[in-house]
Amino acid sequence: MSDLGLAVRQVRFTNKAFWRNPANAFFTFAFPLMFLVIFTALFGNSDTCVVHGPTRCLRSVSTSTFYVSAIAAFSIITATYTNLAISVSFQRDAGILKRVRGTPLPAWGYMFGRIAHAILVAFLLVIIVGAFGAAFYSADIPSRTLPAYIITIVVGAASFSAMGLALTSVIPNADAAPAVVNATILPLLFLSDIFIPIQNPDAWYVKLAKVFPVYHFAQAMKAAYFSPAGNGFRGADLLVIAIWGVAGVVLAVLFFSWEPRR
Amino acid sequence: MADAAIEVRALRKSYGDVEAVKGIDLTVRVGEVFALLGPNGAGKTTTVEILEGFRDRSGGEARVLGQDPATRDRRLRARIGIVLQSTGIDPYLTVAETIDLFRSYYATPRPVDEVIELVGLTEKRDTRVLKLSGGQQRRLDVGIALAGDPELLFLDEPTTGFDPSARRNAWGVVKNLAELGKTILLTTHYMDEAQVLADRVAVISAGVIVAEGDPASLGGRDTAATLVRFRLPPGQGDVPPSLAEGVSTDDGRVELRTTDPTRTLYELTRWAVERGVVLEGLDVTRPTLEDVYLELTGGEAGHEG
Repeated sequence: MSDLGLAVRQVRFTNKAFWRNPANAFFTFAFPLMFLVIFTALFGNSDTCVVHGPTRCLRSVSTSTFYVSAIAAFSIITATYTNLAISVSFQRDAGILKRVRGTPLPAWGYMFGRIAHAILVAFLLVIIVGAFGAAFYSADIPSRTLPAYIITIVVGAASFSAMGLALTSVIPNADAAPAVVNATILPLLFLSDIFIPIQNPDAWYVKLAKVFPVYHFAQAMKAAYFSPAGNGFRGADLLVIAIWGVAGVVLAVLFFSWEPRR
Repeated sequence: MADAAIEVRALRKSYGDVEAVKGIDLTVRVGEVFALLGPNGAGKTTTVEILEGFRDRSGGEARVLGQDPATRDRRLRARIGIVLQSTGIDPYLTVAETIDLFRSYYATPRPVDEVIELVGLTEKRDTRVLKLSGGQQRRLDVGIALAGDPELLFLDEPTTGFDPSARRNAWGVVKNLAELGKTILLTTHYMDEAQVLADRVAVISAGVIVAEGDPASLGGRDTAATLVRFRLPPGQGDVPPSLAEGVSTDDGRVELRTTDPTRTLYELTRWAVERGVVLEGLDVTRPTLEDVYLELTGGEAGHEG
């Protein structure tokens, strides 16, 4: 079998195993929807500017509509960064990675299987959140900006996958994985225009958030969702995300461990 | 050496200041079952994991099927099968799916059901891994290692933690593999396992090989003195003078070492019968592999650590 065939097979078996843990599969999909409902209930009664022009707001939507884009971004980060870091740490501790390491399957083939599956789940989540948003929160699914939306998702999902794999090299064991992952991602989700719309773009915490990829991903997703004109691409933001993604790949290649780190 | 599957010369491995392997020489011939026997912490797993390509060596030479395992060459990995000390299999796939997935990594794999049959899991074919018992998971481990039809198999403590019947089953599997002509390097801390399965045994202790040979003659076992033990009731006198050499007495218990057990027993029993003495608890033993092993490894056998 060709290496590509092997990699595709790896995706299929990863997918098979994923759905056979129904509790995990259910909450992977229910979690973002739950957040969408909670945040719109808490903060959904105002308007939020989603596309800023040089001097004035180009498009303002109800905050509940804003959350459809924000939670779509959140669900991609969860499906890739969070899920991969935790599940790979678990597989490493269980000795599953070491066993694979002893076979002729190339390392990238295994990683491709995991990442491609995470990206597929991310897409499925976006579709569910988008359909839910169109039905209940008057968030029209983008059509003119759809190419930008899809490319933003792919760049974001791939980059956050790489960062998740890189993170496993500092996770000491599977028990610690959720704590480490949440400590790295939750603060950014609050500061980066995802859980709470940014009120004051000049605040110090926004400047801080701009260093990290979550903020830029939220901006790129928002632009691709709501831009009233143009193709909705945010090249500069995508570049920042991609740089973080490449850094993730490099760190993962250098420091990834196939055996329990005890 | 053309017929060597594994060649190791002066192999060393240090972890910081600790030397786990201190210069090991080893040759495993093609088609042979070779057991690396030793207590936990002796360096068995370190040695095997260097040969499997999981660890780099600190010094010495190693050749596995003619290649240096440290290069982790994919072609080499395609020719070996590995059973690690602890199992790690995706819990949500079935037995058949697991074998099917792993065999796809190899150019000339064995058929799925043949592998499953070989490790005795036919009835569990469509059972998910998480529903298997520990022994069944271990057999699946062996099945995964066999899926690519390897020439050389590494089995690192394949039966540790098994109950006696599961061990006997596993031994059957290993014997099947040997009959298929596979070269097998297995590690174990069970003497009987080495004795039953291996053509040759090397005893490793504290990072060095302290004895090597076939299980029957290991450590001079075949030529070692036979031990004759019995009790002499008080007032029965002493053993015949012709046997006095090699006798030790302790409170009526007599131990007698001899290299000519036929003659010794004849003289002893003739003496006893003539005098009407009963030799209570008469017992004749040759040193077991376990005795040899305990002596060689300084009595550490079976200890955890």
